Amino acid sequence: MTNGKQKILLALRVNGEVREFACYPNRTLLEVLREDLGLTGTKHGCELGECGTCTILIDNQPILSCLILALECEGREIVTVEGLSPGPGLHPLQEAFGELGAAQCGYCTPGILCTAKALLDRNRRPSRAEIRAALAGNLCRCTGYIKIFEAVELAAERMERPSE
Amino acid sequence: MMRLPKFVYHAPTSVDEAGRILAGEGTAARVVAGGTDLYPNMKRGHQLPPVLVSLRRIPKITGISGTPETGLRIGACTSLTQLGSHPAVKSGYAALASAVLSISTPILRNMGTIGGNLCLDTRCNYYNQNYEWRRAIHFCMKCDGSICWVAPSSKTCLAINSSDTAPLLAALGGRARLISTRGERELAIKDLYNLDGIDYLNKRPDEILTEILLPPAGGWIASYRKLRRRGSFDFPVLGVAAVLWKEPDGRIRDAKIYLNAVASAPLEAKEAETCLVGRKLDTETIREAARLAAEMAKPVDNADFGIAWRKRMARVFTERALNDLKE
Amino acid sequence: MSQKPYRIVGHSLAKVDGPAKCTGQTKFADDLFLPGMVHAKLHRAPLPHARIVRVDTSEAEKMPGVVAVLTGKELPIPFGILPVSQDEHALCLDRIRFVGDPVAAVAALEEDIAFAAMNRIRVEYEPLKAVMSIQAALDNPEPRIHDYGEEGNIHKKVALEFGDVRHGFAGADEIFVDTFYYEGSTHLALEQHAVVAAPEPDGRLTVWSSTQTPHYVHRALAKVLELPPAYIRVIATPVGGGFGGKSDPFQHEIVAAKLALKIGRPVKICLTREEVFYCHRGRHPVLMSVKTGVKKDGSITAMHFRSVLDGGGYGSYGVASTYYTGALQTVTYRIPHYKFDGVRVFTNKPPCGPKRGHGTPQPRFALEVHLDKIAGHLGLDPAEMRRSQLVPPNSITANHLRIGSMGLGTCIDKVVGGSGWKKKFRRLPRGRGVGIACSSYISGAGLPIYWNRMPHTGVQIKLDRGGGICVFCGQIDIGQGSDSVLAQMVAEILGVDPLTIRLVTGDTDLTPVDLGSYSSRVTLMMGNAAIQAAERARDLVARAVAKQWKLSPSRIVFAAGRVFDTENPDQGMSFAESVQAAEAEFGTIGTVGSYTPPPSPGKYRGAGVGPSPAYSYSAAIAQVEVDPDTGWTQVERIWIAHDCGKCINPMLVTGQVEGSVYMGLGEALMEEQVFRANRNGVHKIPSMLDYKSPTTEDMCEVTTYLIEDPDPNGPFGAKEAGQGPLLPIAPAIANAVFDAVGVRIDEIPITPEKILRALRSPDRRCGPASYPRIPMPEPIRVPLPGTEA
Repeated sequence: MTNGKQKILLALRVNGEVREFACYPNRTLLEVLREDLGLTGTKHGCELGECGTCTILIDNQPILSCLILALECEGREIVTVEGLSPGPGLHPLQEAFGELGAAQCGYCTPGILCTAKALLDRNRRPSRAEIRAALAGNLCRCTGYIKIFEAVELAAERMERPSE
Repeated sequence: MMRLPKFVYHAPTSVDEAGRILAGEGTAARVVAGGTDLYPNMKRGHQLPPVLVSLRRIPKITGISGTPETGLRIGACTSLTQLGSHPAVKSGYAALASAVLSISTPILRNMGTIGGNLCLDTRCNYYNQNYEWRRAIHFCMKCDGSICWVAPSSKTCLAINSSDTAPLLAALGGRARLISTRGERELAIKDLYNLDGIDYLNKRPDEILTEILLPPAGGWIASYRKLRRRGSFDFPVLGVAAVLWKEPDGRIRDAKIYLNAVASAPLEAKEAETCLVGRKLDTETIREAARLAAEMAKPVDNADFGIAWRKRMARVFTERALNDLKE
Repeated sequence: MSQKPYRIVGHSLAKVDGPAKCTGQTKFADDLFLPGMVHAKLHRAPLPHARIVRVDTSEAEKMPGVVAVLTGKELPIPFGILPVSQDEHALCLDRIRFVGDPVAAVAALEEDIAFAAMNRIRVEYEPLKAVMSIQAALDNPEPRIHDYGEEGNIHKKVALEFGDVRHGFAGADEIFVDTFYYEGSTHLALEQHAVVAAPEPDGRLTVWSSTQTPHYVHRALAKVLELPPAYIRVIATPVGGGFGGKSDPFQHEIVAAKLALKIGRPVKICLTREEVFYCHRGRHPVLMSVKTGVKKDGSITAMHFRSVLDGGGYGSYGVASTYYTGALQTVTYRIPHYKFDGVRVFTNKPPCGPKRGHGTPQPRFALEVHLDKIAGHLGLDPAEMRRSQLVPPNSITANHLRIGSMGLGTCIDKVVGGSGWKKKFRRLPRGRGVGIACSSYISGAGLPIYWNRMPHTGVQIKLDRGGGICVFCGQIDIGQGSDSVLAQMVAEILGVDPLTIRLVTGDTDLTPVDLGSYSSRVTLMMGNAAIQAAERARDLVARAVAKQWKLSPSRIVFAAGRVFDTENPDQGMSFAESVQAAEAEFGTIGTVGSYTPPPSPGKYRGAGVGPSPAYSYSAAIAQVEVDPDTGWTQVERIWIAHDCGKCINPMLVTGQVEGSVYMGLGEALMEEQVFRANRNGVHKIPSMLDYKSPTTEDMCEVTTYLIEDPDPNGPFGAKEAGQGPLLPIAPAIANAVFDAVGVRIDEIPITPEKILRALRSPDRRCGPASYPRIPMPEPIRVPLPGTEA
C-alpha cells in the first residue's frame, strides 16, 4: 500500500537503464518520463487516451503513458522514442520516417514510431491493411497517414534484408 | 497537462486480499484494472476516489481457460487484445472476438480489460467533460449537480451504456462471477445492469468482478454490429448483438437480441425475439424483427449523431445483424 | 534563370529536421524546463456573454505553492492580430465574450497547484444576452458584443462590384442561384499551445512559444507590456502542427510574459486540449449565396457572391477572412463581371480566424458545387465545362488580381485521365459516384498585416572558413518543411551538401524578420530572399576565387562541395578553401537577402486581400460509395493534381497535398466546431474523442499528380502547396455524392444523416433554405482592368 500524500521510491527500467526516483502514486508514466527523467521525446496531446500521441512501449506493447501510473510499470521494460534504436544509430523506422517525410510537424511521430516498432517486431512484413489497423490508435493531423504507411513498409523491407 | 488527483494505491496480489481492503475501505475505494476508463474520469474530476485498489497484480484473474466445447472462463483482468486474439475465442466465439476488436483503439485494447469494459462507466456528452466545462452548465445529476441536461424533466440519469461486449455477452448468456468478503455469487451478464445512468451496475462497491463465464460454443450463431463515426477510437452510438439457436430445418428455436448505447443498460428486444422464434430467417421476418427491435431504441441527444438518425439506424443495424446470420 | 539541371532543388531529399523529430530530440515549447520555472493556468469564463462585476483572487492567493495571481487590471492595453481589430485583452477587463474567455491567471510551483488555485478564483458576473448564431447576431443588434464595427453585432461589411453585373446577367442564357452553408471546424494540431517566458536580470525577457508568427507575438508583447521591442526576444519553437491555429498572438503568451516579469522567474503555460478549442481561430461558419449567369455552353457572364461569416467573439483575422470569402472566385474561371457582398458578425463563441485555406474553402465549396449543378442543368460534362473557361495565364482578373503561371488545365487533364472520369461519370452503378472540383490559392499575401514598406522576409547568410554555412531567417517550420526548403535552396546555389548548412530560425533577436508561416507565403517569399542572400555570398566567393585564378568570375562554378573553373573543371578547390579565399579578400563573409512582393494592380479600397505574387492551382476527383439505407459515405479515392510551379522537394509537396486531402476529408465528412446555444453556450465537444479527426481507418486512398508550371515570381518557379490542395476536396466529395445517389448536400459537413434526409425529401437536397436579408451599403464600383478612366 502507498500513502497518497507521501512520495514513493521507484526504480523503472527505461530504455535499458534502471532509473530511480521518488514520486507520488498519482504520477503517470508520461509525467515521470517528461518531468522526472527528462525524456521529453514522449509527447502529449490530450492526456485522456483520446489521441495516441504519448504512446510508448512496455514489454514491447504500445501503451498510452498518460493512462498508466509510473508505479504500475515497475519490473517492466519501458522503451521510449529515445531508446528505439539500441545503439547510437537510427532504427530503420526512424530512418525511413525521416527519408520519406513521414514526420511533418513531428509531434505524433514518437508515438507512431513506438506503435510501428511493436508491429514490425511481431509481423515482419505487414500488409497495408495491417499497418492501417495497427496505427488506428495514433492520430496524425499533418500527413494523412500515407507517408507513414510507406515509411513502415520501407522499414519492414530493410529489416528483412538488413545488409545491402 | 491533465493530471490525476492524489490517492492511496493498493496493489493486492490475491482476490482475498483485494476483498479485505475493499471491505475495510467502504465506499471510499475504487477498483481499477486497465485504468483506461477510470483515470480519464479522475483527471476530469468525475470520480475522486481517495483509495484505489488495483487488480493488476492478481495473477489468478488474468487469462482464458476452457475450450469452446466446454465453455470458456475469462479472467476479468484479461486484456482486450488478449481476448480478441485468443484462438479459442476466435474459433468458437468469432462475434465476440470481432466486438472486442472493435473497442476503441489497438493501444487502448492493450491496456483495457474485459472486466473494465463490462463495468464501463455510462457516458454522456454533458458528463464526459472537464470540471470547468461542467461547472459552466452548473453540473448534472450524475456528478456534482442535480439535473439531467439531456432531459431536464427526467428523474433518472440518461447516460448511456457504451460497452461493446455487454450486449453480446448478455445475448450469449454469459455470466459474471463477483467476489467479496461476504461471499461470491454468479450473475447473468444481462442482470449486471440497471436502467439508471448513475446506479448502472448491479455490483456492490466491495465486490470484485473476477471472471466471465461463456457457455459452450456451437448450437448458436451470433453477430455484433456497431455504429460509430470513425473506424477506431469511438464508442458505439449503437451496438446490436444478435444470437440465434436454430433447429436443423432452419427454424429459429431461440433468439436473443440486445441493443446497446441507446439507454443506460443493454436493452433486450424481447418482442423481436418472440417474433423470430419458430420462423425461418427470411427477409420478411428479419424486417419485422428489426422494426420491433428498433421500437425499443430511444436515443437521446447525449452522444454523436442526431437522435432521429440513430433511431432509424437501430432498425437498419438489427436487420444487418440478422442478415449476418442467414445461412 | 537558366534551365540547367539542379542538383539539390527538385530532388526528394530527406527532411533536414527528420532525424531530430524521429528520435525525440526536437524541443517543442512544452519540452522546455528551466531552473526555477513555475506553471500558470488561466481562469476562464463559464458564461458566453457577461459583464465582470468582481474578481476575487484571495482564496487562490492563500493556497500554499501559489506564487502570483494576475487579473486584467495589470494588462489593460488591448491587442489583436490586425491593426483594425485591437479588441482583445490578455485577461478580460470588464466583459467576457465566450465560454473560455480568460479572466485571471495563477502561477504556482507545480501545475496541479495552479489548476486547483485557478478554480478557487471567484468571479461575479452580470450575464448579458448571448448570440450564438449568424441569424441571432443579425436579429439582436443589442447588446453589442463590441462597441466597434459596422452596427449592432455586425463586425464588417464589404460590398464590391467589378464591372457591371447587371449587364453581365442580362447577357446570360440562364441564371442560377444557390445557397450553401459551411460549418466551422478547428485546426486540432496535436501539440497543445505552450509558452515559456523567462525574465533576465537586466529587465529583458525571452519568450519561447509554439507560434507560427513570432514577429506578431513580438509586436503584441511590446505593445501590451509597454516594453521596447529590443528588450523582448521571441523564439518560435518548432510548431507541433499549426494549420493557422497558432497565427494570432494569444492571451497565454502575454500572461506568461507578464507573470515572468512580475515574479522574476520563468513561467510556463501549456494549454489543456479543452483550452485549445477555446483559442480556436479556426474555420468561420459561413452562409453563402451564389448567383451566376451563364451561356448555354457554360461560360460565365456574371457572378454575384454573398457571404456572411460567423466570427465568434473577437476580430482576429476576421476582416481579412471576410474579404477572402470573395476574393479568389475569379482566379480559376473567367468571370467578366463580379459582385461580392461580405458580412462578418460577432457571436458569443471562440473567435474564428485562419484555418488552412483561410476564408476560401467555404466559397470554393459553394462555387464548385454550384458549377456542378449548372453543368448538370446544361447537360455539360462538369470537367469540360470548367476546362473550357479557364483564366488565361499572365492575365488580370475582374477584381484586379494578376495571374502568372496557370496550370489548372493540365491539372484537370491529369485527374480526368487518371481517374477514368469519362468511363465513370454518370455511369457508375447507383450508390457509387465521382465528382470533380478545382481551386486556387495564394502563394503569400501581397500585403503585410500592418501597413509598411519594409520587406516581408529576410535571410542572412554567414560563411565559415571551415566550409560551414549558417542561414538565419525568421521563418518557422510548422511541419510543412520550410527548413528543408531553405536549406535546399541555399545548398543549390552554393553547390554544397545541405548538411553543411546550419539553420537559425524564428528568433526575433537573431534572425531577420519573416512575417510568419501563414498564407502559404514561406517558400515563395523566404525562397526569393534566400536566393538573393545566397547569390550575393556566391558572388563574393566567386570574385575572390576568380581573382586568385586570374579568371572572369562568370567562369566560377559551385557544385558538389567544390568551386571550379567551368572551362577547366580540374582546376578547383573545396568550398571551404573558396570561403577562405573570400575571407582573405573581403573580410568576414556575410550577406543578406530580402523580399517584398510586387505591387498589385488593384487600387480600390479592399484591394489588399487577394493579391499574391503567384497562384497555385488544384483539381481533384473524388470517388465515393454511398449506402442508400444509412447515408453512410465512404470516400474510396481522391485523385488530385496540384500545380505548385516548381517542386523544391517533390516528396514534401506530395506530403502537403496528402495532408491537405486529409484535412479536407475531415472537414467534408465529420469535423464540426459546434456549441450548445441552450446550455450556456458551451462548446459541445471540446475533446479529441468527440471532435472527430479521421483515423488511419478513415483515410481514403490518394493519387497525387504534381504539375510544374513555373511562375516567374517564384523561387526556381515555385508556388505554394500547403493550403490550396485542401480546397477542392469537400466540393469534389459533394459532387460525387450527387453522382452516386442523386442528392445535393449543400452544407458541410456531409453527414450520413443529411444524405438520408435529402434522399427522403422531395427536393433531394439538404442545405440552407434561404440567405438572410442584410442591408448592404452601395458597393464600391471598380472598373474592369484596362477600362479605367
